[in-house]
Amino acid sequence: MKILVAVKRVIDYNVQIRVKEDNSGVVTDNVKMSTNPPDDNAIEEAVKIKEAGKATEVVAVSIGEEKAQETVRKALAVGADRGILVKTEGVVEPLSVSKLLQKIVEKEKPDLVFMGKQAIDDDCNQTGQMLSALLNWPQATFASKIEIKDGKLEVTREIDEGLETIEINVPAIVTCDLRLNEPRYASLPNIMKAKKKPIEQLNASDLGVDISPRIEQIKVEEPPKRKAGIKVSSVSELVQKLKNEAKVI
Amino acid sequence: MSVLLIAEHNNKELRPFTLNAATAASHIDKDVHAVIIGHNCEEAAKALSKLEFVKKVIQVEAAYYENFVAENFAPVIVKLADNYSHIISSANTFGKNLMPRIAAALDTSQISDITKVIAPDTFLRPIYAGNAFATVKSKDAKKCVTIRPTSFDACESTGGSASIEKAEASEEFSKTKFVRREEVKSDRPELGTARVVVSGGRGMQSGDNFKLITSLADKLNAAIGASRAAVDAGYISNDHQVGQTGKVVVPDLYIAVGISGAIQHLAGMKESKVIVAINKDGEAPIFSVADYGLEADLFEAVPQFLEELNKLNTIQK
Repeated sequence: MKILVAVKRVIDYNVQIRVKEDNSGVVTDNVKMSTNPPDDNAIEEAVKIKEAGKATEVVAVSIGEEKAQETVRKALAVGADRGILVKTEGVVEPLSVSKLLQKIVEKEKPDLVFMGKQAIDDDCNQTGQMLSALLNWPQATFASKIEIKDGKLEVTREIDEGLETIEINVPAIVTCDLRLNEPRYASLPNIMKAKKKPIEQLNASDLGVDISPRIEQIKVEEPPKRKAGIKVSSVSELVQKLKNEAKVI
Repeated sequence: MSVLLIAEHNNKELRPFTLNAATAASHIDKDVHAVIIGHNCEEAAKALSKLEFVKKVIQVEAAYYENFVAENFAPVIVKLADNYSHIISSANTFGKNLMPRIAAALDTSQISDITKVIAPDTFLRPIYAGNAFATVKSKDAKKCVTIRPTSFDACESTGGSASIEKAEASEEFSKTKFVRREEVKSDRPELGTARVVVSGGRGMQSGDNFKLITSLADKLNAAIGASRAAVDAGYISNDHQVGQTGKVVVPDLYIAVGISGAIQHLAGMKESKVIVAINKDGEAPIFSVADYGLEADLFEAVPQFLEELNKLNTIQK
């Protein structure tokens, strides 16, 4: 079985987001970038499945600017066998990403495609579902447990009401929740080894997909600032304020 | 053209966010139609027809619609989509799972999790877990939009008198099978929708000490949250995690206990109406977003908090 894992390069989750002064977006220059957190879970799961002898190859793919190569390289350092970078410029909407991934899937013919359930930059939560619609494959979104059973997957999904279990035929798309596993850190020897693993580079334009944006971003603003609050001196004062001033208890 | 709302339900009752999504749909166009896909879902369809704003109900029935498999639902909506300018659902796990499958089939770039309708083609939505807000305009002819339920009021559940029409089922998608659903049976409200959330952080020092959080939450009929630090330290399971990589919550009252206020935690709770912080470090960043800050040792303050609450005649539920 072959697993394709899609990874996205995003602003690190610990960075304080700053909106550009001209309201055209958020500041990304000289900002620490990392792999989208649930994409780390997706890679981890694929590598675990391979280590358990149930997959033969794990391929990491990223779509983005040249520097997204670092994100692919990190996936290689934690156990992916080889990488693909589809180079794009500017904003690529999830619909376009899923169309590009569809092309990669047609070429690579994986049995499974894993990715994080959501990217922490645009917070769209669309790509996996869109890709599975384009391929007409089953989708298991927000996965917190994956079991492989004779050509099928039993996937436990995190839903608002609790947990849902579904069984899907392979080939299929799985989007991963943070609860799925504990992503490993890359060891130094593996980081060195990853430098020798191949990364194939493609240009989005070579794939024959129209990726022009359909959504115009008019402006990006900071959220409304909270008014400065007060310090209370005792618990009884706090309870009185909550009861009589804020009227929330 | 009219707006098509996708109802979320359990075949007997509507799920509550359907009412928030109906309000959002009415902000786009007054002619809101609602589709309900299910199995033996007459009662829920009737409830839908009584909603304020809903002008027409389309009911689609098949045994394989009992369990809300997106692969089965999406083709039904796609078939109905010709008659509508917009397709709307909640941005909860139901809508998040389903809508992109519809949007891709319609070759539409979806707009997720909007908090405001500015114009029928222009919406406000949070990005970076609410650390920024983007105003976006869709250039697609047909728009697929999911709405953040807590940003729109629930509509009235009475007053409407929509007609109920039946529409044909689509073919079953045989490669996905529902197995089971384990609903968390808890008297406690869900973290994502609770009116009050009490959260603990690394300051709790142990999983055992989370009992203090539980007692406070019991008293206030609150959901229990946690910071990533508390989850990483193993004090509590990560379904309680509030923050950019956990849940984003917008309760009326958020009580942060022993939480320093890392950026990624603030991203998940700073839209709460009233924020209380209890922390012994007066310099902790959590105080910068707190309406009421109490600089105190939580192991003294929380038991006192419980005592003070016990003295009150009534506590809002």
